[in-house]
Amino acid sequence: MLTKRLIACFDIKNGMVTKAHKFQDNINVGRAEDIACKIYQDQIDEIIFYDITASSEKRKIDIETVKNVAKHVFVPFTVGGGIKNLENMYEVLKAGAEKISVDSMAVRNPEIIREGAKAFGSQCIVLSMQVKRVEKTDKIPSGYEIMIDGARVATGMDAVEWAKRGEELGAGEICVNSIDRDGTHAGYDIEITSMISNAVNIPVIASGGAGTPEHVAEAFTKTGASAAIISSMLYSPRLERNYTVKEIKQKLIDCGVPVRPWIENYNCI
Amino acid sequence: MIGIIDYKAGNAPSVLNACKKLHINAHLVSTPGQVEGCQGIILPGVGSAQATMDSLRESGLIDVMKEKVLDRGTPFLGICIGLQVLFEHSEEDDAECLGWLHGEVKRFPDTEVRVPQIGWNEVKFVSEHPVLSGLNESEYFYFVNSYYVVPNDKEVILAKTNYGLEFCSMIAHRNIIAAQFHLEKSGATGLRLLKNFALRVGN
Repeated sequence: MLTKRLIACFDIKNGMVTKAHKFQDNINVGRAEDIACKIYQDQIDEIIFYDITASSEKRKIDIETVKNVAKHVFVPFTVGGGIKNLENMYEVLKAGAEKISVDSMAVRNPEIIREGAKAFGSQCIVLSMQVKRVEKTDKIPSGYEIMIDGARVATGMDAVEWAKRGEELGAGEICVNSIDRDGTHAGYDIEITSMISNAVNIPVIASGGAGTPEHVAEAFTKTGASAAIISSMLYSPRLERNYTVKEIKQKLIDCGVPVRPWIENYNCI
Repeated sequence: MIGIIDYKAGNAPSVLNACKKLHINAHLVSTPGQVEGCQGIILPGVGSAQATMDSLRESGLIDVMKEKVLDRGTPFLGICIGLQVLFEHSEEDDAECLGWLHGEVKRFPDTEVRVPQIGWNEVKFVSEHPVLSGLNESEYFYFVNSYYVVPNDKEVILAKTNYGLEFCSMIAHRNIIAAQFHLEKSGATGLRLLKNFALRVGN
């Protein structure tokens, strides 16, 4: 049986992992390479790495950090931030990533999804979307709007419509990032995650707001999400208590969620 | 030395990283001359069967791979698309593949499951093989695929997995081993399998 995935997400700035609250007030947590290595040993299922200021600073992604992380991590590795064209995608894949996450750039130029999927396969393209709860209107019937550029700019686009369009264009996965929940430790936005997972037939990743193992379990029991992103829970100094992957998985097992089993002596196999 | 076939749509760097971690003597290879000198060959893959076939044709690697693997018995490991292209035909883009094994490549039923399959799934080994040394009867590996192989000769099936239906997730035929899952991205379990392959090459 296909298991549900736990994905550790790192926001990277100048080679350091940083942790935000509602996309702001970032604090440094540690070197990307060191934290990725530790979480890999901790048996995380997958890792995502966002170069969070690449887009707004209009520069290319930090390839050296991508390479350094890829050397230590033998689980799937997704990279996003500042990817504008096929050449940037190729560079990131050559550096050792498997998947590319596109976000603001895909809103500006949706064709990048199609081009990326054609060149590298759908499985390679993760459409990440920043969603914000707004009043329901004719233009935004779901009540969730797509934001871009670190949640700073509203687009007037409906989140569910954009997810469907992303699937049509060839995205292999959709990551639903709740701006309202980001770094709040209040739990995922179940409503929009559910709406999007019902609207598309590709895997959906819940993101933003996880603070306890219960929240993670909820993402899987109350929505059709295939994966959940955790970050604060694993390493944020803002949280009173951090959790290990093993602790979170135990909670998922207790709730009947299928997960990749824990392996004793992971390094010694 | 193990040659990891490097082509544009592949994920050869990830496989090379995994080999380096295991101290396996492996290099990226992209020309017939380089492939000629290899004692073992890994064909990694992501993307589509057609793109992989086009890339192998353009690099002029098909003949040398065929000669080494089919005629001279060089140990071969195919990963993901590197498994699919071994068969005759893929439903994906109606692609003609290498045809080293009889059978075809089909798409998962969209009505039953989300496609692509992305994530860790259970691989149940159905027979014994030296490359499985140290592994349990079933293990979890990381999959990313919309298509799966259907070998004509069921004897080549080394493992099975369920996703909407039961499909062949690994094959073994003489010197050829190939897996639908990404062993280079399946944590310690995948690394173990890669190491076992390297041991067969004499690495």
